[in-house]
Amino acid sequence: MNPSRTLKSLRLGVATGLIAMLPAVTFAAEPLKVAFVYLGPRGDGGWTQQHDMGRLGLEKAMGDKIKTTFVENVPETADSERVFRQLASDGYKLIFATSFGYMEPLQKVAKLFPDVKFEHVNGFKTAKNIVVYEPRFEEGFYLIGTIAGQMTKSNTLGFIGSFPIPSVIRNIDSMTLGAQAVNPKVKTKAIWVNTWYDPGKERQAADTLIAQGADNVAQNTDSPASIQAAQEKGTYAFSIDADMSSFGKKAQLSGTTEDWSGYYIAETKKVLDGTWTGERHTRWGLKEGMVVMAPLNPAIPPEAVKVFEDKKAKLISGELKPFAGPIKDNTGKELVAAGAQMDDKTFNSLSSYVEGIDGSVPK
Amino acid sequence: MNPLVPMIASTVVAATPLIYAALGETVVERSGVLNLGIEGMMLIGAVSGFAATRASGSDTVGFLAAASAGMALSLVFGFLTLNLQTNQVATGLALTLFGIGLSAFVGHDLAGLPVDRLEPIHIPLLTAIPVVGDLLFHYDIMVYLSVVLYLAVLWFLSKSRMGLTLRAIGESPHVAHAIGKPVLTTRYLAVLFGGAMAGIAGAYLSLVQTPMWVEGMSAGKGWIALALVVFGTWKPTRVVIGAYLFGGVTQFQLFAQGFGLPVPTEFLSMLPYAATIIVLVIICRDPKTILLNQPASLGHSFHSAA
Repeated sequence: MNPSRTLKSLRLGVATGLIAMLPAVTFAAEPLKVAFVYLGPRGDGGWTQQHDMGRLGLEKAMGDKIKTTFVENVPETADSERVFRQLASDGYKLIFATSFGYMEPLQKVAKLFPDVKFEHVNGFKTAKNIVVYEPRFEEGFYLIGTIAGQMTKSNTLGFIGSFPIPSVIRNIDSMTLGAQAVNPKVKTKAIWVNTWYDPGKERQAADTLIAQGADNVAQNTDSPASIQAAQEKGTYAFSIDADMSSFGKKAQLSGTTEDWSGYYIAETKKVLDGTWTGERHTRWGLKEGMVVMAPLNPAIPPEAVKVFEDKKAKLISGELKPFAGPIKDNTGKELVAAGAQMDDKTFNSLSSYVEGIDGSVPK
Repeated sequence: MNPLVPMIASTVVAATPLIYAALGETVVERSGVLNLGIEGMMLIGAVSGFAATRASGSDTVGFLAAASAGMALSLVFGFLTLNLQTNQVATGLALTLFGIGLSAFVGHDLAGLPVDRLEPIHIPLLTAIPVVGDLLFHYDIMVYLSVVLYLAVLWFLSKSRMGLTLRAIGESPHVAHAIGKPVLTTRYLAVLFGGAMAGIAGAYLSLVQTPMWVEGMSAGKGWIALALVVFGTWKPTRVVIGAYLFGGVTQFQLFAQGFGLPVPTEFLSMLPYAATIIVLVIICRDPKTILLNQPASLGHSFHSAA
């Protein structure tokens, strides 16, 4: 067979395929197909697991009006572009991309499929058919700081950071601010491991922080290794994404988790009744129930719990904002003036430590 | 407390799984077989060790199960590459992918469950010595066994008749075959040994380093072990130095960060890899040494008829 004939039959094949797909696209009575793209496995005991619980919550709420699918273990590389493209051409009309690193591939694919709606977590690039959603983690970390600041004996907190990106720096900053609000003597030490997930390395980082005197360690990485480290050393730690208390009942004081189902249901409803619009950036926090605190450890004294509940209520009512001025960075430069709030631009590109954090943000 | 003590202790814990996996692979490669499946065998070892320890309550059972699971997987590799003479590189990569998937599948219900950490052994008197006791006599049994393993591999490869035969097979299987040495049997045993060690290395992760099971928990350590074998030029001593160096520099950079050292963390994260490569290259000095030390038949299939 000569090359041009091969090409012709290939074209024919594709055309036939497209015609065959037509009914599926045109019939509106079909259930809405919703896809989720996950960075990790569903059983990661953390980030991806919470998203999958959100997906199951969506299925339960919407019944046969929708049909969901998921693709797990999708790396933040060109591979993800292929996955998005595949899902879009398979007729999925609403696609949730649940990791920061899918941002660029998503931009490319969204241009090719203008009638498919994309939702990207924690990113900062929207488009006509891309919206960004993000939990107000800083509220959760502020509350972690509230507990840690009251529980620390060494007045030193530790933080295991994944990558020094604004959304992670916000967490260490707001944890420190939350702690300083209840205990002005608090200092924070940070270690960046440059990975989201490496139990061995996270464990080493936790051991290091504890050895350097941090008796309350929070993390922005995904494994429960630091909870285990704290349990063995008799210090405290805070979980992330999922409740990790099974790895250290004594050590885990609280932590942040996410409940995505409310948002997934709201967005799907918008698509179903045609009110979905692009170019949005949604931030939900404690109030909307996207950020949820892990159960408090009974070891926290009642007075400390009272302070925690009080701060939580104020965060929910909006009376308290984690990044309310005056805030200085750790070189003494003013970040937010007294009486002001951190503006969106600084918030979205935050790249400095607040006063009380050792060292400087890796550039 | 002297901050050096926890730093060195963490280094040892970080290096131990690398030592098991890399020494196992050293023996495999010395016999002329290249098994790129360490990562997969480690994960299988990690999940079986974890499951067995949870079921039996005994770490010994856990490590034995891990070694057996690693051997079982390496047996598949051995059958494919030694009997069916498939390409070793491709088969090894497939083994890694298979191990990652299988361990995730088998371990699905084990995620999130705790297991007690293997306790450091307590040696009367010795453990009580200040500083030295903390530094040298405060580890779990597997750390001491890794030293025994190192000495055993060293002796085996340089002094024992069987070890010399294995090396001869790695250099020239045809010549070894011609003088009546059992090429396939020796390679099989080497591959099984490598599998057992990778399995133990995996169980060290899931029972000691971070006592839990999570998918993909080896996070690339199998590949690091492989690299250590090459950069250690297939010599056990250099491989062990490399493993400690890698663990030590990883630990050092975390410490440096905790002290607020103003160096980009990306640079610090790169340091363990860079330092290990640089030091091991300096040890070899002449870059040709790597090529000279490489077993001549590494990665080639052996046909006895040829």
